[in-house]
Amino acid sequence: MEKPVLIREDGLRHDGRKPDELRPIKMDVGILKNADGSAYVEYGGTKVIAAVYGPREVYPRHLALPDRALIRCRYHMAPFSTSDRKSPAPSRREIELSKVIREALEAVVFTELYPRTTIDVFIEVLQADGGTRTAGLTAASLALADAGIPMKDLVAGVAVGKVDGVIVLDIDEVEDEFGEADMPIGYAAGIEEIVLLQLNGVLTREEFVKALELAKKGAEQIYKLMKETLHKKYLKVLSE
Amino acid sequence: MSLTPTRQPIIPKIKRETIKKLIKKGERIDGRKLEEYRPIEIILNPIPKAEGSAWVKLGNTIVMTGIKLEVGTPYSDRPNEGVLQVHAEFVPLASPTFEPGPPDENAIETARVIDRSLREPRAIRLEDLVIIPGRKVWLVFNDIYLIDHDGNIIDAGMLSSMLALNLAKIPKIVSIEDDNVVIDKTVKETPLPLNLNVVTVTIGLIDEIPLVDPLLEEELVIDSKITIAFDEKGRITGIQKAGMKGIRTPVLDEVVDIASKKASELHELLRKVLSNPENYMKTLI
Amino acid sequence: MRLRILVADRQIVRPGDLLAEIEDSTEHLEERIIPEKHIYIKDKKIYSDTIGLATITDNDVHVIPLEGVYFPKKDDIVIGLVVGVGITNWIIDIRAPYKAILNGSEVIEGFNPIQHNLRDYLDIGEYILAKITIFDRTRDPILTIKGKGLGKITEGAIIEVKPSRIARIIGKKGSMLNLLVTKTGCNIIVAQNGVIWARCPDNNKLDILVKAIKRIEEKAHMRGLTEEIRLFLEKELEEKREK
Repeated sequence: MEKPVLIREDGLRHDGRKPDELRPIKMDVGILKNADGSAYVEYGGTKVIAAVYGPREVYPRHLALPDRALIRCRYHMAPFSTSDRKSPAPSRREIELSKVIREALEAVVFTELYPRTTIDVFIEVLQADGGTRTAGLTAASLALADAGIPMKDLVAGVAVGKVDGVIVLDIDEVEDEFGEADMPIGYAAGIEEIVLLQLNGVLTREEFVKALELAKKGAEQIYKLMKETLHKKYLKVLSE
Repeated sequence: MSLTPTRQPIIPKIKRETIKKLIKKGERIDGRKLEEYRPIEIILNPIPKAEGSAWVKLGNTIVMTGIKLEVGTPYSDRPNEGVLQVHAEFVPLASPTFEPGPPDENAIETARVIDRSLREPRAIRLEDLVIIPGRKVWLVFNDIYLIDHDGNIIDAGMLSSMLALNLAKIPKIVSIEDDNVVIDKTVKETPLPLNLNVVTVTIGLIDEIPLVDPLLEEELVIDSKITIAFDEKGRITGIQKAGMKGIRTPVLDEVVDIASKKASELHELLRKVLSNPENYMKTLI
Repeated sequence: MRLRILVADRQIVRPGDLLAEIEDSTEHLEERIIPEKHIYIKDKKIYSDTIGLATITDNDVHVIPLEGVYFPKKDDIVIGLVVGVGITNWIIDIRAPYKAILNGSEVIEGFNPIQHNLRDYLDIGEYILAKITIFDRTRDPILTIKGKGLGKITEGAIIEVKPSRIARIIGKKGSMLNLLVTKTGCNIIVAQNGVIWARCPDNNKLDILVKAIKRIEEKAHMRGLTEEIRLFLEKELEEKREK
């Protein structure tokens, strides 16, 4: 596919968004019966589901830590989630992303409250259209809250990018593939801490500062939505 | 190597006794009759990026099937046919007892049972999926994703596969130069060519009493389980017995009888849904 | 410590929500978590660590969680399922992050592993009403069934609920539990680990009890629930009587 026009003449992006505009976002929690906590998140065409089991016992037992819970995190993409069918076996990318997402969650979960246990976080990408790790992190954070696991804060994930020289918020797959930079962040907006940060591409120092500011603003919007989603879960019953 | 299961969830004796007591009265723990399926919810095309997809909720069991079509080489012993591959993932999301890792024997069995049930009656017209005879054909990937486990994964998997296959559209071929086939996945117009639909009916047996569409709790109590695949014409296109106890012939006859009846109902459901697909094209939330 | 409380009583709060600010303390308060109250303190601010109901008492704020696993505590009454048998003890699932242990000597007088086969006394798949005698961060909870009413459960029904709703099912000074008992005539034991043992006069009453409990589970965060359940029970019992 040849490179499409990423920033149109009117300054809007290829899908009509303004540079600082998020895609339509949908969220819901408590959607699975088996999991202790679960969430479903859509960022435009990216659809992910996350489930949390735990805290629960660790098998094999010798892996357990004496003074805190383990966190096991698996980011995985369904074979039908991408343009070309993806083999179900974990790719190097999925292994790396599992690590950065786990570390983001380690920054906020009070693991010291559950020694010798594990908190398992499973993220499945059902459809991929850019920003899958950030949507996955958001879903994981919601699922942890849904499971009642004590945390410092919720974490909102969002990716900013540079396309045709313009810094834009919440890049989709096309912008990721043909743009000049892709910077995903995970932001605990309440305590104002960045828990996930990566860059794939090239940015000047000024562009980096601008991109980070834009990312934080976007994450704050998503963070607000996450809080509303958790609240809505109980409001639903009130209205009946 | 297959091992006797060692880490099965323990079913409380009280529950086991309640299940057995109730079925003698023709009732089940979720209020159903012995031959009743749980309520079925269907969403068509939840994953528009896939070439076809269907989400099926059977009671609390949730299965999503995605169809992907790729260009590839045919099997050497079938050079003028497309290739069908059926895979099942029991992702750890779906149950506290699932570990991350390659498919275990249950996932593989599920995939192969569904594969055979489609392949033997030639549900898909693989002969119409040739691009360059003998060299390039369409590969049909039928990926079954179990998302929430509450029993009877096979029937939910078969139903979602059949629906997804019916909805699947072939990407446009842009050019063919020598052996190089260029396709455009943003244009999908031609429906995947199918000959017929297949459904499976799974029946569990407790003390020789047949239970249609066993719940997870029932699956932990049943002596054995039979899955029978039927096409629209009522022909049997696949059978799989599971479980560690034997079945007497008269009981088997009764099971086939019941399964045949339920299969007609499932085919009726397929017809109803596929004649009005727009009604089922909702978003997941 | 004087607090400026920023939330209302019974307001739904989420992890990271700001509950209060500490006003008078001038010394630097180090960041710390208070697990029992489900809050943590950072930079003179008090935050919730979970999804729950903010609860304000005098000049204090804490959070009652709406979700979460059962965390064992010494002296808690629990209902557990026997899931394993060793040579000298049973392994009990008490719906906690840790499996519990019941020693053979607890159940069998003069227990001798060579003489006594544990499965003859208590088998896999059976329920017990027990008390936690020992639990600390270095080992799994230890149970006892020596005590009034404790022991193997041989009849009745077992109902599982979210452990976070147990307090609501009991109610203030036992008001909700009393209501359930008097209206349905069922004998009801409520265990801290989210399991309820009910012995009812007939299956109808059991059905009504289960429905009422599920209702309380769903609406635990709402006001006036006891009254609503009273009306619900009266209506259901009336209808069943008419049938």
